[in-house]
Amino acid sequence: MKLLDFFKRGGSAPVARERLQVLLAYERNNRNQPDLVAVLREEIIAVIAKHVQVNQDDVKITMDRGATTSTLEIDIHIPNAGIKAAAAI
Amino acid sequence: MGKVVVVTSGKGGVGKTTSTAALGAVLAQSGKKVVLIDFDVGLRNLDLVMGAERRVVFDLVNVTQGQAKLAQALIRDKRVESLFLLPASQTRDKDALTEEGVAGVINALRDKFDYVLCDSPAGIERGAQLAMRFADEAVIVTNPEVSSVRDSDRIIGLLDSKTLKAEKGERVTKHVLVTRYDAGRAARGEMLSIDDVLEILSVPLLGIIPESQGVLRASNVGSPVTLNEPTNAAARAYADAAKRLEGEDVPMVTPVEKKGLLNRLLGRRVA
Repeated sequence: MKLLDFFKRGGSAPVARERLQVLLAYERNNRNQPDLVAVLREEIIAVIAKHVQVNQDDVKITMDRGATTSTLEIDIHIPNAGIKAAAAI
Repeated sequence: MGKVVVVTSGKGGVGKTTSTAALGAVLAQSGKKVVLIDFDVGLRNLDLVMGAERRVVFDLVNVTQGQAKLAQALIRDKRVESLFLLPASQTRDKDALTEEGVAGVINALRDKFDYVLCDSPAGIERGAQLAMRFADEAVIVTNPEVSSVRDSDRIIGLLDSKTLKAEKGERVTKHVLVTRYDAGRAARGEMLSIDDVLEILSVPLLGIIPESQGVLRASNVGSPVTLNEPTNAAARAYADAAKRLEGEDVPMVTPVEKKGLLNRLLGRRVA
């Protein structure tokens, strides 16, 4: 044991505790429900695909779950040629 | 009518089998009639930890399929007279167990024994769900470590939804048994504390089993740690946990680090 550790009390346990609390709060709420991210992803892409031709590979989705709020980031590369005639809709 | 207690965890390797053997042995020593059932079909190990691996003739699958009578499959412990083992099958897979078959075995054992301890396989599949299906109580074995606590939480969810009691609108009585607890590391903030685990899982504590070399020594020789080294710290913690399972009010002692100044300076760890 290093001398420094001897005086230092804070370890990695508080981090473990916080990570678990955030994760389990989410998992408990979503136990018997379809995955929200998957549902949102599919529906959002469906809406966009109605207007624009989107290649599935050009869609980047990231999710960051926080204790109280989460962010869902959807990054879609739309080729200029893919825009459907807006007038037709 | 005996009590059916499932020993479960979700995660593997946290001490389900060790705990089943240790708790069962103490309960039997106190005069209760106890039977331990190994539900880990295909990967049985309770026979080995109990030192009965060479005495297995019939197993749980044989009984549920009517190839053997229950009395033929039960193995009586050589050390404690009121302790019995019903081993799992080693050659079959978990699909060999049916709910009706397991129900028949458990109901028959419930009539004859005070405690039916069901040693669950790891995971959340069929084997684990059948092990908990008919339980009155559950001992959730948890290590103070993130993946174990997460899996315990998942198992708690199943206990509250997939058991017969849950389906009847009743509740399985749940207890958390923290195993492999290292007091020194917890004190230094390197390991989740007991309070952390309990706060996260919100299930009452049955006991704290300190990390101990005696547990491996006991499994090496095929004897529950509570019989092999009754004065060992882990064995005493199991004995206290067994009393709490019986409803006795035993004060909870959080293990503390036992280190002399010399050991502390040399950084040696104690057993």
